[in-house]
Amino acid sequence: MGDTARVYTFVLIMTVVVALVLAGMTTVLKPIHKKNEAIFNKKAVLAAIQSKLGEDVKASDLPDDEVQGLFDNKITQYVVDYEGTPISQEEVEERGYKGGQAEHVDMKKEKKRPEAERFFPVYVYEDNGEKIYIITIRGSGLWDEIWGNIAIKDDFATVVGASFDHTGETAGLGAEIKDNPGFPRQFQGKSLYDSEGNYTSVVVRKGGARHPRYEVDGISGATVTCDGVSDMLYDGIKKYMPYFNSVKI
Amino acid sequence: MAETAIEKKEPTFAFGKKERKLLTDPLNDNNPITVQVLGICSALAVTTLLVPSIVISIAVVFVCAFSNLFTSLLRKSIPKQVRMIVQLVIVATLVTVVELTLKAVDYDIYKQLSIFIGLIITNCIVMGRLEAFAMANTPWKSFLDGVGNGVGYGVILIAVAFFRELFGKGSLFAGSPIEMKIIGATPEYWINTMADGSWFSWYSNNNLMVLPAAAMFLIAIMIWVHRSWNTKLVDIS
Repeated sequence: MGDTARVYTFVLIMTVVVALVLAGMTTVLKPIHKKNEAIFNKKAVLAAIQSKLGEDVKASDLPDDEVQGLFDNKITQYVVDYEGTPISQEEVEERGYKGGQAEHVDMKKEKKRPEAERFFPVYVYEDNGEKIYIITIRGSGLWDEIWGNIAIKDDFATVVGASFDHTGETAGLGAEIKDNPGFPRQFQGKSLYDSEGNYTSVVVRKGGARHPRYEVDGISGATVTCDGVSDMLYDGIKKYMPYFNSVKI
Repeated sequence: MAETAIEKKEPTFAFGKKERKLLTDPLNDNNPITVQVLGICSALAVTTLLVPSIVISIAVVFVCAFSNLFTSLLRKSIPKQVRMIVQLVIVATLVTVVELTLKAVDYDIYKQLSIFIGLIITNCIVMGRLEAFAMANTPWKSFLDGVGNGVGYGVILIAVAFFRELFGKGSLFAGSPIEMKIIGATPEYWINTMADGSWFSWYSNNNLMVLPAAAMFLIAIMIWVHRSWNTKLVDIS
């Protein structure tokens, strides 16, 4: 009996000590974690307009304050609904996204909602009177989710650039959508429509692009991931069409 | 009480021949991967690139050393019935500390490694050393043993990652500021296989190298090399 009591006391003390240490550490580091995550996501948005940042600047290497500066000065954030109507900050906060800006919307959670109820983040980059619309899309790769930011010109037909990320695609194969800067670079200047004006989105073609107007080369050995990117682009951009139509002059 | 009396005769932080052996043994005669064949799971999973492998190695050295230290400090008060659970809690706590720290210090690397940091908990080397060594030795010796085993594991991990990244991706240290592009099909690489008159026009990166199976072959070759060089290992096991 004395032995059992000793075991319980030991386990209890150990659990309390461990819980205190970890809880303390989490609380202390939480602001830094939040800041790092926000900057990380902002860099992904900026990576989509890589071509506008200048040749030697890489979005992923930008210092934190410069990223924040670009967001403060040149980017306006909107959250729109399924019909393309902008949603107020309060409404976004009501759904539990503290801050109420596009950057606070959790696309993973949104994807689980019925389409008609989803929130869609839009970032508008404005420089020298030129407007670029950056949208966030999400889909499935081979093993897990993939997502990306697509920058589109204000003709709503020409892609300015793209950036992709993933949870667990195979390194060296599917993961190249993120790791190989050459893959997103191919999207620059692609059209979302074929020459007859039908919506095609941008297609990642296995074995090389056949219609250079709206197709890019796939990655050999990563067919499922590339098909996932194609599907994500097709469905994702389509959902923003009502918004594009509403801002189109 | 008799046991403690004997231990106290040695100075606590002695660093003699015995202690040096604790550090060097896991590097050669008792390497966790090539001799004990422990920790293979993570050696297969994380070694596609050098940078994550180096980070994981540092994390394992840290976790191994300090879990050994704490377990050894508590070894006389840990109730026998729950000792495995206690060890697991110590390891899990340290791993979480590593994860939280990495998330604050370098978010990009944290994103890259994501689940693999958590998987250190299941690394057989860590638990193995706790059971086999820390439960029966003084804190200082256990600490050294932890460092030795962590480094012994890390050295193999980094060696495997070196070959996998070089032949699978054609680069070294990808994703870090000192990224080296060695061989590939664009002018960015030192050896451009597509350049006119290149001697390497036959070469292309080996996609097998990025799959876990490649690590299996590489580790097997390392075990082979290790045993032909250190012949006293041949008849063990």
